[in-house]
Amino acid sequence: MKPAPFSYERPRDLSAALSMLAASSGSAKIIAGGQSLGPMLNLRLVQPELIVDISGLSELKRAEVSGNELVLGALVTHADIEDGRTADVTRGAMRAVAANIAYRAVRNRGTIGGSLSHADPAADWVSAFAALGARLTLRNLAGARMMAIEAFVVGALESALHAGEIVESVHVPARTVSSHWGYAKSCRKTGEFAHAIGAVLVDPAAASARIVIGAIDTTPIVVTEAAELFGGRIAADYKQRFDTRVADALLAKAGIDDAAQRHIHVSVLKRAVLEAAA
Amino acid sequence: MEGAELRNEREFPSGKSGQGVGARLPRKEDDRLMRGRGQYVADIRLAGLQDVAFVRSPMAHARIRGIHVPERHRGSVFTAADLVGIKPIRAVSGLPGFKISEQPVLATGKVRQVGELVAMCLAPTRAEAEDIAASVTLDLEELPAITDMLKAREPGSALVHEHWGDNVFLETNYEVDISAALDAPIKVTREISTARQCMSPLEGRGVVATFDRRLDQLTLHSAAQMPHITRSGLAECLDMDEGQIRVISPDVGGGFGHKGILLPEEVCLSWLTMQRGHPVRWIEDRREHLIASSNCREHHYKITLYADRDGTLRGIDCEATVDSGAYSSYPFSACLEAAQVASILPGPYKMPAYRCRTFSVATNKCPILPYRGVARTGVCFALELMLDLVATEAGLEPGEVRLRNLVQPEQMPFDNITRKHFDSGDYPQAMRRALAAINIDAIRARQSLGETDGRRIGVGISIYCEQAAHGTSVYAGWGIPMVPGHEQASARLTPDGGLELRVGVHSHGQGMETTLAQVAHEMLGIDVAKIRIILGDTAMTPYSTGTWGSRSMVMAGGAVATACRELGERALRIGAKLLQHDPAAVVLQNGEVCGVNGSVSLKTIAHTWYRRPQDLPADVDPGGLEVTQGYKPVRDSGTFSYAAHAALVAVDPDLGEVEILDYVIVEDGGVLVNPLVVDGQIYGGLAQGIGTALYEEMPFDASGQPLATTLADYLLPGPTEVPAARLDHMETPSPYTQFGVKGIGEGGAIAPPAAIANAVNDALRPLGVELMQSPITPHRVVTAVLAARAAERSAA
Repeated sequence: MKPAPFSYERPRDLSAALSMLAASSGSAKIIAGGQSLGPMLNLRLVQPELIVDISGLSELKRAEVSGNELVLGALVTHADIEDGRTADVTRGAMRAVAANIAYRAVRNRGTIGGSLSHADPAADWVSAFAALGARLTLRNLAGARMMAIEAFVVGALESALHAGEIVESVHVPARTVSSHWGYAKSCRKTGEFAHAIGAVLVDPAAASARIVIGAIDTTPIVVTEAAELFGGRIAADYKQRFDTRVADALLAKAGIDDAAQRHIHVSVLKRAVLEAAA
Repeated sequence: MEGAELRNEREFPSGKSGQGVGARLPRKEDDRLMRGRGQYVADIRLAGLQDVAFVRSPMAHARIRGIHVPERHRGSVFTAADLVGIKPIRAVSGLPGFKISEQPVLATGKVRQVGELVAMCLAPTRAEAEDIAASVTLDLEELPAITDMLKAREPGSALVHEHWGDNVFLETNYEVDISAALDAPIKVTREISTARQCMSPLEGRGVVATFDRRLDQLTLHSAAQMPHITRSGLAECLDMDEGQIRVISPDVGGGFGHKGILLPEEVCLSWLTMQRGHPVRWIEDRREHLIASSNCREHHYKITLYADRDGTLRGIDCEATVDSGAYSSYPFSACLEAAQVASILPGPYKMPAYRCRTFSVATNKCPILPYRGVARTGVCFALELMLDLVATEAGLEPGEVRLRNLVQPEQMPFDNITRKHFDSGDYPQAMRRALAAINIDAIRARQSLGETDGRRIGVGISIYCEQAAHGTSVYAGWGIPMVPGHEQASARLTPDGGLELRVGVHSHGQGMETTLAQVAHEMLGIDVAKIRIILGDTAMTPYSTGTWGSRSMVMAGGAVATACRELGERALRIGAKLLQHDPAAVVLQNGEVCGVNGSVSLKTIAHTWYRRPQDLPADVDPGGLEVTQGYKPVRDSGTFSYAAHAALVAVDPDLGEVEILDYVIVEDGGVLVNPLVVDGQIYGGLAQGIGTALYEEMPFDASGQPLATTLADYLLPGPTEVPAARLDHMETPSPYTQFGVKGIGEGGAIAPPAAIANAVNDALRPLGVELMQSPITPHRVVTAVLAARAAERSAA
């Protein structure tokens, strides 16, 4: 389990990194914390010609509140969030998610930008940020574009990143005072990738909700028009009105044929709904 | 009882030093191992060392049409065609009807498992060797893969070894009066299975091979449990004298059976270093470990239990199949597992009638190897799940059914229906203590109230007895390449009064550098800090079959005691001379020879013998202070330790998650040389048993591809999955062994799958759910819950 030969660069700043990526014409991989790419290199599942190590780019380590949102640089680690070294606009939601990602050793090195770029449907941020309504800034030499997380993850281990493009930052909107947050996942053991994730952001006062069913074989299911999951309307009694049959149908529509798998996903989502709190 | 007076026989009592037999002494070796100062095979550096990576078969079953090596790498890649004169690995059993497999060290003709070695690539570093391996292309003609052991038994199946005519290594039949059971009012039949697993020691296998032209000797550093047996196997494959081979096994990070096997890699690297004239190395990586060389546990049972209405067992009728994989491994063979099933299935119970048919089946998977507990884990799972069903049928508590059928203490020693000789113990007491400790009555009361979190709780129990330190009479019957005889130990008093002990067993986590020193201390009174244990090197230790079958404390411990007793006698005779006494008038105690004239220390005796022989009288015994002695217990049919396990679990029927809330183990390993070390053995075994119960599984697809090839897919229990179990020790001495010790190394891994599965079934029985397959995964639980709900709906 040793990687195939590759070249290695550690650029000083973001523009140097983007130049290297542009020059590599798609044969480069970006490494930050290396918690996913490292094993994939060792297993020779990826054999890039060039590794661009961005771990020295200080401009991607910033975390600041800007207006009504938190902007997190791609190199912010899970542990930065877990330990409260970054500001929080989600009233503890992100911190709780971060604290249960893999193992502490992984959280120390793993970055949010790396996790999102890897686009593993079982990764926590892919679901949690989608429920929180976060957006991404993607940048290449030509400029930047923004997109919602749910548009960014287009398949299992497949993102909307173009060649030469990098996840620069994550924009997390402030969670409203009236909203309830619930997050549940099922892992067979501590630190393992989840087999089911349910993430819910419900605002009974605004009659709105964002519901995510994650850790399925493909892109997480993100429901932004969620009234049907709650018997037609979202109100203070949403927990009692949660309709497991609608969730089950969503999973069946996503191609999950196995009834036990669907049942576990629905049960995890139900738990996230029932445990949702202000 | 004859022989009973042998126990705790201490001619040289050590006094109250707190270091002898029974002392909870911290492990001496931990000072080295816990500081990262251990030396494992991968730590060995030799000048000119080069690394090997193997090209392995990507297919489970295929004919090899060609192996293409790029021009630039010719000379660095070696195939079977290069290995002239190297013999395949043959592990033949003498049991009638056994079919022989020949495992080529590099594939010839066909490949029969994914991961089988096809070519060996040499480079200055492992990464470069892997680059070369990646450049080699194989031209393979895929053949139908045999992946299902039950289908493999059917006529018309594709064949792993064509010339056999079928896929059965060995079929056995054992029957005692089964017809007497057939009229029993309770008859329960089920199919039960245990998943294929990988052993997963922290350290994988590894080999560093070098050849010394001056000594005309191959030195193989290998992470091995049984270095002397490895040497015998190598000598056979390489056609060399045993004296031309030295096997050194340094610190070893867990064995569990995986490191008892002669590897094709060991043969390949031995050949390679002799060809090339420089040292070569191969270190197994985790992927190789999971895919290619450490599989175990895959059993299937079709089993019927017969019982009376009061729960009294009347008989067992069973057909057991073991997926033995593609080849018979050296030295344990492909049939040990199934043959053991037939001989131990009746468990610790009185059983009037018994029939068991077994099949050891060849498939396109890697060879099955004897893992901690060997067949006992599967047997305990099958039998103890069935006992719970008998209890349900009889309307009794599972504990009641066990207590009714266990062999009673007054019946000991007891010869059971398969002629196993249970040496001693009080099995019902262990069960009663476990039931009391888990507090079965409180659990039943809590169950009647229900849980507030939507989960269901259940309690499960299991009990087994475990034959350990099997001797000559047991293994001669298997007729495999290795039969243990007398175990030997060498003891040398050094000139400064220290003690060197040389033993042929090995330690890979068992703490033998401490426990064997405690045995020697018990005999001679020498401070354990001054006792050095030398093991793991064929050039420095007496011949031994090595460490397997929970034998080392019984056998090597007995040998150390025997050698030290003789050494003590010799020291005593010298000491008597120095004290000007008759030897009969002095005693050895606390490291001194004492008489009415005074005392003389072993240190002084040693100093005099080696450094000032002029002070010795002319008629001194010339034997000296270095002794090799052999040892066998009074009976060599094995010791029988035993344990009752009880588990309390909470099961979420919607998520399928199982949480262990409480776990109790009541264990009897005879006299414990070091209870602290025994506790560690039990905790470690429990972790592996929990792995079998809930996590570990190597699935295969229809083409024979192993599907859990990294630790992200092959789940091992971690610290948060292993509860703080409560241990309770009983100490019934074995009547046959030195000090009354019994082997206990494997027991912790035997009973947990049965206890946990019984607990899960106890929790879910009101829902109509029954799980008969390990591991109990969330998916299996939920699938069963949904099926039970659907059945209830269609019935309503």
